[in-house]
Amino acid sequence: MQAFVQQFIFGIQLGSLYALIALGYTLVYGVLRLINFAHGDVFMVGAVICYYACTRWLPFRNLDAHPEAAATNIALALLVLLIAMAVCALLGVLIERFAYRPLRNGLRVADAHFWGLVAALPLTLSLGIRSGAPSVAAWLVIGIGLGYALRPVASWLARRTVRATSRLNALITAIGVSFVLEYGGLIIFGADPNFVPNVVPEAVYTLPGGIRVGTAQCAILAISLLLMGILRWIVLYTRRGRAMRAIAHDIEAAKLMGVDTDSVISFTFALGGALAGAGGALVAALTHVKITPLFGLLPGIKAFVAAVLGGPGSVAGAALGGILMGLAEAFVAGSRFSAFRDAIAFCILIVLLLVRPTGLLGQPVTEKV
Amino acid sequence: MRFSARCAAVSLACAAMLCSVGCKDRGAGPSGTAREIIIGEYASLTGTTATFGTSTHRGVQLAIDAANASGGVNGARLRLLTEDDASKPDVARTVVTKLVTQDRAVAVLGEVASTRSLAAAPVCNQYQVPMITPSSTNPEVTKKGEYIFRVCFTDDFQAAVVAHFAFDQGYRRVALFKDIKNDYSMAFAANFASEFKRIGGTVVGEQVFQEGDTDFKAQLTDLKAASPDAVLVPGYYSEVGTIARQARDVGLAVPLVGGDGWDSPSLLPGAGGPGAALEGCFFSNHFFSTEISEKPTQDFIKSFKARYGVNPDALAALGYDAARLLVDALKRCGKVDGPALRDAIAATKDFPGVTGKITLDKNRNARKAALILQIKGDRFHVFRSYTPEQIGQ
Repeated sequence: MQAFVQQFIFGIQLGSLYALIALGYTLVYGVLRLINFAHGDVFMVGAVICYYACTRWLPFRNLDAHPEAAATNIALALLVLLIAMAVCALLGVLIERFAYRPLRNGLRVADAHFWGLVAALPLTLSLGIRSGAPSVAAWLVIGIGLGYALRPVASWLARRTVRATSRLNALITAIGVSFVLEYGGLIIFGADPNFVPNVVPEAVYTLPGGIRVGTAQCAILAISLLLMGILRWIVLYTRRGRAMRAIAHDIEAAKLMGVDTDSVISFTFALGGALAGAGGALVAALTHVKITPLFGLLPGIKAFVAAVLGGPGSVAGAALGGILMGLAEAFVAGSRFSAFRDAIAFCILIVLLLVRPTGLLGQPVTEKV
Repeated sequence: MRFSARCAAVSLACAAMLCSVGCKDRGAGPSGTAREIIIGEYASLTGTTATFGTSTHRGVQLAIDAANASGGVNGARLRLLTEDDASKPDVARTVVTKLVTQDRAVAVLGEVASTRSLAAAPVCNQYQVPMITPSSTNPEVTKKGEYIFRVCFTDDFQAAVVAHFAFDQGYRRVALFKDIKNDYSMAFAANFASEFKRIGGTVVGEQVFQEGDTDFKAQLTDLKAASPDAVLVPGYYSEVGTIARQARDVGLAVPLVGGDGWDSPSLLPGAGGPGAALEGCFFSNHFFSTEISEKPTQDFIKSFKARYGVNPDALAALGYDAARLLVDALKRCGKVDGPALRDAIAATKDFPGVTGKITLDKNRNARKAALILQIKGDRFHVFRSYTPEQIGQ
C-alpha cells in the first residue's frame, strides 16, 4: 500500500509535466491539424534557458554559504520561470512564422532572409572553429548574403499559384525544425551535460505511513496545475480563446467571419511554447537531471503519446492523458518490468485507440466530402 | 537516351571515387619510405561522455608529442589525427572507417565507452589496422578480432573486484540498478551478480534505467523496499549524480557503488556538488591516482599538469599508456604495416606504464590491478586495491 501511494505520487508529478508539454501538442493540433514535432525541443530550450539563467544571468546565491538568501532565490527562480516561458513563447511564434506559415501562405522575402541567417549560423561557427573566434559580424554578413541569394527562390515560389497545402509537407517541416533545434543546440550549447545547481531550498517530508513527499514535487505539481488552469481560462473565457476555438472548428469559416487567423495561430504557438518552456524550466531546476540539446526527445515523444491518448485537440484530454502516462510509467518502472516501461505505455495507447479511436476525450469528426 | 547518358556519367564518377579510395596504400608516404606515421584516434570529445574523450585525448596527445620530441620513431615523425565521435556508436564507426581508409592510419587508438569500441572494432579488424582501446572494459571488445587490444582490465575482473570489495565491507544484500541501453553497464551488473553470489552475498533487487531518463524515483523506491546494504550503479557519470540525488530524495540512504564509468570531474555537479548525495560512496577504478607515489606516475602527473593545468584522471593515464605502448611497438616492428605492427603489439611484455606494468595476454587483454576509490568532498581517495591474485583470478 505504501509503495502504491508513493508511486502514485511520483506518477502524478511526472504526469503533470507530460501534461504541460502535451497541451502544446494538442493546442496546435486543434487549430492547424498539425503535429508540431519541434515541440519537445522547445521544452529542451526552456530547460537550457533555465540553466543559463540559474548559473550565469541572474545573481543567485549559494544556499549552503548564504542560507538567508532563500527568499530572494525563490523570487529569482520565479523570474527564471517567467523568462523561460517568454523565450519559449517567442520561439514558438518564430517557428510558426518562419517554418509553418510559408507552407500555408507562400514563402515571402522575409522568410528567405530568416532562413539565410539560420543556415549561416553553423557555417560561421564551423569557420570560427577552424580559424579562431566565430564573430557575430561574420554571421550577419554570411546570413544576409545567403538571404539575398535565396530571394529569387522565394519570389519565384511566391508567384506560383498552386501552394503546398498538404499536411504531409507541414509534418516533414516540423521534423526538420526539430532537427534544427536539436543540432543547432549542439552547436551553440555544446553536447556536454549540464546540471542546474540547488537554487531553491528543497526538503523532503515523511508523512504518516512512511510516504515521502518533496517540496520540489509539490512545486512542480502546483505550478503545472496553475498554468493549466490559466490556459483553460484563456481558451474558454477570452476573445482570443474563442477565436482559437472558432479556427479549430472551421478555419475557412472563421476567416470569413473576420477572425485574423494568422495572428490567432501565432498566439496558439506562443501559448504552447510558454507551457513547454515552463515544463523545461521546472524539470531543469527541480529534478536536477542532466540537460543536453537532445534532452527534449524522450519527454516530447511521451507527451505526444499523452496528447493522442487524451484525444488530440482536446485540452482536458491532454492533461488527463499526461497524468495517465505519468502514472503508467511510474507503476511499470517501480515493478519488476521496468525494462518494458515505455513499451507498456505504448501498449496501453494501442489498446485504448482500438476501443476509442478519437482518444479519451476527443470528439469524433466526420470528414465531409 | 539523355537520361541513360547522365546515368553512365554518374556511375563512372562513382567508380573513379571508389577506386581512388581503394587504391591508396597504407602507412607508406609518397616516396615509399615512411617519413610520417599517421596514428588515428577516435574519442568522445563532445556528447554525453565528453569528459571521457577529452581526458583520454589529452593523455594520448601528451604521449605522442613526447615521442616526437625525442626523435619520433626510427626517424619518422608521428602525426595524430583525432576524430570526434560525439559519444555515438554509429558516428564512431564512420570516423574510424574514415581514419583507416582515407587517412591511412597505421593504428587506431580509442574508445573509452565499450559500446563505441564494439562498433568500431570490426572496421579495424577488417582492414587489418591494429586498434588499442585505452579503457573499454567490456570483454567482448577484444574478442572482435586479432587486431583489437586493450591496456586496461576487463569488466569480468572489475566487477569481481567490486563484488569482493562489497563483501569485504560487510555488505551482504546488494541491489543492482543498471542502464539497459549500455553494454558496459549490463555486463558489469551480470558479472558482479555471479561473483557476489558465488562468494556468499545476495542480490536483493534489480532495476533498469535508460540513458536520457529524467526520473529514476519509481525504480529507486522499488529498490529501497528490498532494504539493501548497498546499491550497485554501474553507469556513467552523467546519470549517476542524478540517480544518487533522487535516491536520497526517496529515502534510500545506503552507499552507492560503481565502476570506472564514474571517474569524471563532472560526477559531483550532478549529485548536487561535493559533500552531497555521493559523499562516502565507492567506485572501482584503474590503477591510477594522484595519490600513488611511484616515480613514473608522479612524472606523468607533473608533465600533464604543466601542460593542461589540471590533474590527470585515470582515463588520461590510460590514454597516455595506450599511446606509449603503441609507440613502443612501432619502434620494435620492422616495417610499418598492419600485420607486423599487430605482432609487435601482441608481443608487449612488462611494459612500464603509469597505470602499472602491462603485459598483453593471448586474448590481447592487459592483466592489471584495480583500485577502490572513496568519494570525500571533492576528491576521490584511494580506499584499497585488489590484484588479480587477491580475488583468485
